[in-house]
Amino acid sequence: MFELIQFWSDLSPLAWFGWKLLQTLCFVLPLALLVAALVLADRKIWAAAQMRRGPNVVGAFGLLQTIADALKFFFKELIIPAGSDKFLFILAPVIALVMAFVAWAVIPVAEGWVLSDINIGVLYVLAISSLGVYGIIIGGWASNSKYPFMGALRSAAQMISYEVSIGFIILTVIMLTGTMNLTELVQAQEGGFWNWHMFYLNFSNPIHLLLFPVMFYMGVLFFISALAETNRPPFDLPEAESELVAGYQVEYSSTPFLMYFFAEYVNIMLLCAMMTILFLGGWYAPIDVGFQFLPPFFWFFAKCAFLFFLFAMVKAIVPRYRYDQLMRLGWKVFLPTALAAVMIVATFVTFFGNGAT
Amino acid sequence: MLVTLSFYLLAFVAISSALMVVMSRNPVHSVMFLIVTFFSAAGLFLLMGAEFLALLLVMVYVGAVAVLFLFVVMMLDVDFVELKQGFLQYLPFGFVLAVILLAEMVMVGAAYFFGESEKLAIYNDEKSNLERIGEVLYTDYAFFFEAAGLVLLIALIGAVVLTLRTREGVRKQDAHTQISRTRDEAIEMVDLPSGEGVG
Repeated sequence: MFELIQFWSDLSPLAWFGWKLLQTLCFVLPLALLVAALVLADRKIWAAAQMRRGPNVVGAFGLLQTIADALKFFFKELIIPAGSDKFLFILAPVIALVMAFVAWAVIPVAEGWVLSDINIGVLYVLAISSLGVYGIIIGGWASNSKYPFMGALRSAAQMISYEVSIGFIILTVIMLTGTMNLTELVQAQEGGFWNWHMFYLNFSNPIHLLLFPVMFYMGVLFFISALAETNRPPFDLPEAESELVAGYQVEYSSTPFLMYFFAEYVNIMLLCAMMTILFLGGWYAPIDVGFQFLPPFFWFFAKCAFLFFLFAMVKAIVPRYRYDQLMRLGWKVFLPTALAAVMIVATFVTFFGNGAT
Repeated sequence: MLVTLSFYLLAFVAISSALMVVMSRNPVHSVMFLIVTFFSAAGLFLLMGAEFLALLLVMVYVGAVAVLFLFVVMMLDVDFVELKQGFLQYLPFGFVLAVILLAEMVMVGAAYFFGESEKLAIYNDEKSNLERIGEVLYTDYAFFFEAAGLVLLIALIGAVVLTLRTREGVRKQDAHTQISRTRDEAIEMVDLPSGEGVG
């Protein structure tokens, strides 16, 4: 932190802002383009799972479908309900979108390819992702309508519940590596897939094999909690169309709706990236022979893309949870088992410790 | 220069939004201003170089506590007329509180400027303030830390005890019995003679 302040005063402020703005654009523009690609990929994957073609009219193979949809949303009329709290009604989707993008500031997509390499990056991501819920709650309340309000309440309870277990899951990884810096977290998993936290198979030190089932389970839990955290099926209760029409989005149209949509997909990408960093070895190749010609970023991207494929497949094949079952799963299954895993890993690190000592 | 500028901006926003918490008519807006206040306070922590505290403030207060505030306040049906009627009745009490707070602030300020005060120790070594806080918290103040955890646990259990009620005769879903159902107990194969039915 002191170095940062030093850096600020060394560089002329304008140059600093210009430089950071350029770097930020390097993240935001590809992310925005990726959202367009992901929406299409999502729809194509569901279509394939349901033996349909999916979008195939606009552009070759429907490649421009998302762009066309986005343009449509831009040019539609913006309808603000008469009884709504107008300021908060517009502010809510902006909050959702900004929070989705801001978390990317600490995500390293390759060695050194990161906007801000702070040493408590994990906490930063947790803090920012816990703010994302405001976009939904405020939007639901400001609409001044019943379904959005119920959707907002559901979503608030759901996201807070699963954030707790995500926190404990991340804690196990932090204890194993002894750092909260995301770059160092990835570097701790160098060498091959048997060093990744999800497949903790270090045969040179057999006692470490004891942790393999725990860490694998943590990886699976993180994936499921990520589904709940992003309101994806089977946990899309806040916008369950058969119960709440569209939940918190009911009164939204035009650009604000587009913002919500955008924020949802940026959040999904964020959690895919987090899972890649925490459990799947970030930018390292699964087996480190013969792949040197591929840039590290390729592996990061491939892993994220694979996780996104899983996200889409889950949506296609799993039925929606009932709300009380969702809460039971979060509080009575995920939280106790994650807590137990934290205790097991802590014991392990204390007695056989590598990582945090 | 930039740091000073940031400080004044954050401090101004913190104080003005804290004022708005009290002054705004809509309780939901009050909570929103409270969130802005928390945020600016986190920014002030960041300027002091306490990035861990700043993020903790955002995570705990903005991410969890304020969400619960918002949750409760949104569902309240606030009657503004009734609120205003009680105003004069509580005025003397509020006045006393304000005077006490003012006196405390004056005394703290006086002690800071005129008394010999203990300066905060500033560590300038390699360790991040996350490690610093961890070291102090789990060695010198381990007992207080555990005690605080226990107090929170008691509060948690208290909340559960106060609100938990078990109703008799309500059919509840039990995941275990559902999953442990076998084919044998769920399906009965019957040979029906034609034209007679089950009876």
